[in-house]
Amino acid sequence: MLLFILRRLLWAVPVLWAVATLTFVMMHLVPGGPFDREKKLPPEIKANIEAKYHLDKPFAVQYGLYLKGLLKGDLGPSYKYLGRTVNDVIADTLPVSIQLGALALFIALVLGLLAGMASGAFAQTAWDKTSMFFATAGISIPNFVLGAFLILVFSHQFKLFPPALWEDARSVVLPAFALGLAPAAYIARLTRSSILEEKHRDYVRTARAKGLPETTILFRHVLKNAITPVITVLGPLAATLVTGSFVIEFIFSVPGMGKFFITAVTNRDYPLIMGVTLVYALLVVLANLLVDLFYTVIDPRIQLE
Amino acid sequence: MIQPLFWPRFRQDRLAVASLLLIAALLLIAIFGDVIAPYAHDLQNTDNNLAAPNAQHWMGTDALGRDLFSRLIYGTRISMAVSLLTGVSALLLGTCYGAVSGYAGGRIDNAMMRGVDVLYAIPDLLLIILITVLIGRGVSGVFLALSLVGWITVARLIRGEVLRLKENAYVEAARAFGVKDVRILLKHILPNTFGVLIVTLTFRIPSAILAESTLSFIGLGLTPPAASWGTLANEGWKALKFYPHLIFFPGLAIFMTMLAFNFLGDGLRDALDPKQNKVS
Repeated sequence: MLLFILRRLLWAVPVLWAVATLTFVMMHLVPGGPFDREKKLPPEIKANIEAKYHLDKPFAVQYGLYLKGLLKGDLGPSYKYLGRTVNDVIADTLPVSIQLGALALFIALVLGLLAGMASGAFAQTAWDKTSMFFATAGISIPNFVLGAFLILVFSHQFKLFPPALWEDARSVVLPAFALGLAPAAYIARLTRSSILEEKHRDYVRTARAKGLPETTILFRHVLKNAITPVITVLGPLAATLVTGSFVIEFIFSVPGMGKFFITAVTNRDYPLIMGVTLVYALLVVLANLLVDLFYTVIDPRIQLE
Repeated sequence: MIQPLFWPRFRQDRLAVASLLLIAALLLIAIFGDVIAPYAHDLQNTDNNLAAPNAQHWMGTDALGRDLFSRLIYGTRISMAVSLLTGVSALLLGTCYGAVSGYAGGRIDNAMMRGVDVLYAIPDLLLIILITVLIGRGVSGVFLALSLVGWITVARLIRGEVLRLKENAYVEAARAFGVKDVRILLKHILPNTFGVLIVTLTFRIPSAILAESTLSFIGLGLTPPAASWGTLANEGWKALKFYPHLIFFPGLAIFMTMLAFNFLGDGLRDALDPKQNKVS
């Protein structure tokens, strides 16, 4: 077990190195330098700035310096926020994004599992059909449309929650729901189909033959086995939440990493773009590792190699 | 291969059939948009800006007095073209990569899949944004970026299918007859992934629509004068509080289209392979 964790953590190193290299190369292939403005800077000043950020050095040297910084956990200076490093920006914004993501994940799991379980248990009933219609609607509605709708109804019409910012507990509600509803719909669909599949297994027939009540079969036997595919998607779901957080933080003016990433792209703040990409990649890799570990806890048949 | 029972089964799924009709209607709107649109999409009339929906302007007008209905029809063409083309090109790229990787197996497969793992660690939209930073944000830039990212999922899926199919006895028989690898792959293995391919395509298109409109909504997608549904939603977003119709109609268009493709995908999957009942 410990060996497995170590091996997977070690595997994360080349992945992150590859991601760092890929983004570094891409951001240096962009035509035009980061300090090309519409108004030309005097050549001496431009030379000074370029020397400060090592932009006057050959590509290979710059790459070497960047990797060396990464090894020390230093993501470099921000081109836009003068005097601040990428580490500073991430230290300020990542906790906000994590809070938002965790809340959304919680909403997604609770709503999704409950709706999916109810649908699976009462398949082909009116309840099942309605909730699955809403689930398909939920995965079809873009989160910016949902977010705009929530703001219109709950902050402009009924003035229940603030439409933006990240200050008190009430301001967290709308963004968390806007981010969590689509994954909830996704989990509901998955849970339902997984339960339906398990219901036809032999062990269910055996349990029924023993005379166990349907509820016991469902809760004690079916659910336990049906949960595995749901756990599987939690890895990719981490990536979905990251992507969703760009839009949600943009709409609700939440000062998280996604909002800063969008601004960084508009400002062509390359070190910040690369740094944020790396942090997101690290999050996705860690989420997948956690999922793999979780498997063995809930399903002892799965062997880690 | 399409089974003989495909149509009878598919026809029973009313939602899927209705979705297919809606998608056909959207394609017609995209193709004949110029004829249907009551006004030119870029005709400005600043005396009549930000009008609420009325008899002359069914969906109202935007900040420059342009007819929203006509702009939405124009946006249909761009959104559908970008997503259909991306869906097809991602499918082609992904199928080639996945098929070669799965059929080759062993070290080649391992190396090819490690590359995919790296790309998989970067969330889709993030990678798309990085590519558009590099190659620009015009229609072709967004199309290229979406295609360069969309193939990854397809490749993983097709590789799995090919790995499974190549163990079949008929593949072994073909090999015993001395049939060349390329021919085995093209004639004996890939045709059997047809169902999976069709279903994948049906689910790739809505994700392309979502990615493009999201990108345009946060202001990192198509640049004016090109207007997709996402661009229109972005313009509407700025006036949300007082002119909600400006985001309502583009939002509805995106939602209905995604819904139709998702229902169609579900219907196709159930009809093509009734045993498999998983959500993709």
